Amino acid sequence: MIDVNVSLSRWPFRRLPDDETPRLVARLKRAGVTQAIAGSFDALLHKDVEGVNRRLAQECRTHGDGLLVPFGCVNPTLPDWQEDVRRCHEVHRMRGIRLHPDYHGYTLDAPEFAELLTLAIKHQLIVQLSVMMEDERTQHPLVQVQAVDTSPLVDVLADHADATLVLLNSQRTVRGEALTRLAEAGNVSFDIAMQESVGGIEKLMKLVPHKRLLFGSHAPLFYLESALLKLQESDLGETIRRAITVENASRLSNSNST
Amino acid sequence: MIWDLHCHLSGVDGRTPDERIAQLMEYADRMGIERLVFFMGMQWSHEPSPDDFRRQNDEVIQALTHWHDRAFGFAYVSPQFVEESLAEIARCIENGPLVGIKLWVAKRCRDEALDAIIERAAALKAAIFQHTWFKGTGNLPGESTPVDLAALAARHPTVRLICGHTGGDWERGIRAIRGHANVSIGTGGFDPTAGMMEMAVRELGPRRILYGSDIGGRSFASQLAKVTGADIPDEARRLILGQNLRRMLLPILREKGIDA
Repeated sequence: MIDVNVSLSRWPFRRLPDDETPRLVARLKRAGVTQAIAGSFDALLHKDVEGVNRRLAQECRTHGDGLLVPFGCVNPTLPDWQEDVRRCHEVHRMRGIRLHPDYHGYTLDAPEFAELLTLAIKHQLIVQLSVMMEDERTQHPLVQVQAVDTSPLVDVLADHADATLVLLNSQRTVRGEALTRLAEAGNVSFDIAMQESVGGIEKLMKLVPHKRLLFGSHAPLFYLESALLKLQESDLGETIRRAITVENASRLSNSNST
Repeated sequence: MIWDLHCHLSGVDGRTPDERIAQLMEYADRMGIERLVFFMGMQWSHEPSPDDFRRQNDEVIQALTHWHDRAFGFAYVSPQFVEESLAEIARCIENGPLVGIKLWVAKRCRDEALDAIIERAAALKAAIFQHTWFKGTGNLPGESTPVDLAALAARHPTVRLICGHTGGDWERGIRAIRGHANVSIGTGGFDPTAGMMEMAVRELGPRRILYGSDIGGRSFASQLAKVTGADIPDEARRLILGQNLRRMLLPILREKGIDA
């Protein structure tokens, strides 16, 4: 299986049972995950983005056991952020980047976001966009972060048709027709980490083709077993299950390899 | 053995309670859930009139009709209407098939208006489930926090109470009720944030924790994961997944002649 949504380092607000990389990797392996795309919790609040990305790449090399694939962070509100895109691509040889517009404080109709997508297309980088990290109701009282408003994305993607976008943690706020419109607007995929309701993946497939769904756990902030059990709860059949857990993510990765 | 404390008839397709529970049971089978507790009807209201909560309880009773072997129900009542709630407890629990009460967001549970309801439910050995949340975005006017429940628990130290959702913000919720041995937590209806169950077992012990899902709005999957994915002893897992709820319900189930 390929897990497109894990994070390394420390969640800023508490320690997590699997926030040491070897423990996380061991749990992923026990669950049958063979590859996991990793961002860094440090990306949320740190301003030394290259420091974050360098440690992330090093941690994946040192403790990833061949399983972790680093996706660096880019914060387009920081000066000279374009250099971070270049380094992700040329120095760290990353296949993608992970964005946190909620923690970094920009909207998706900002010109910097459009420029960032243009650069990502140029470097053939997959762009993961984290819509939220946790339920707004349980956030630390001094760090109240609103979920990303994805409504500008349809228009932005019209001008960036070659972008490869993966929305993480999206289903709490991106629902119904909005989800369908996004899937139709471009090469947009969605992970299942925050998909809720009974038989959740079955319901998601009524809105989005299964080829656009990816196995993502949001571990170690979420128990990994949540995403695993969703595969059991919905009646998927082996073909769709394999698409969601392996093939869709492989296809994305291959289509963006240089 | 998995018993689910917290199930609803909402959030699932189906025109009738019978259609909905039949669908939900298919998912329960897939996830190995043996017994399920249902409360509230197909459409909810924050401040239900007596007619409204009676209608919702009728829907639950209807849903249970063909599932007595594996489904139980709690009566939805409101401290805004104490006399009517007492009459509903008599109708649905004393003289009906339900085995507990559900209190939602009509009035904060520290209010002394609840006392008569709590005492009547306890006298019948009925389970008492109180919704609680600590919402950083702001609670509803009548929405209880675990601190409210702690105040209620202090007034009724011999009555077992269930802290629904563990307050959502479980790091605060567990702290709020840990000093009250008569309060157990329900673990359903909030994100499967890792570390929750480990802290709960550490602070409360495994016998005060009850697995629940809050389906159909939530999934069995995300809520079971809090138990199956936690680093806790297997014996604790067994208690949380079903043995604790069975132990809590057994006295009233026996009185009703229900085999469990």
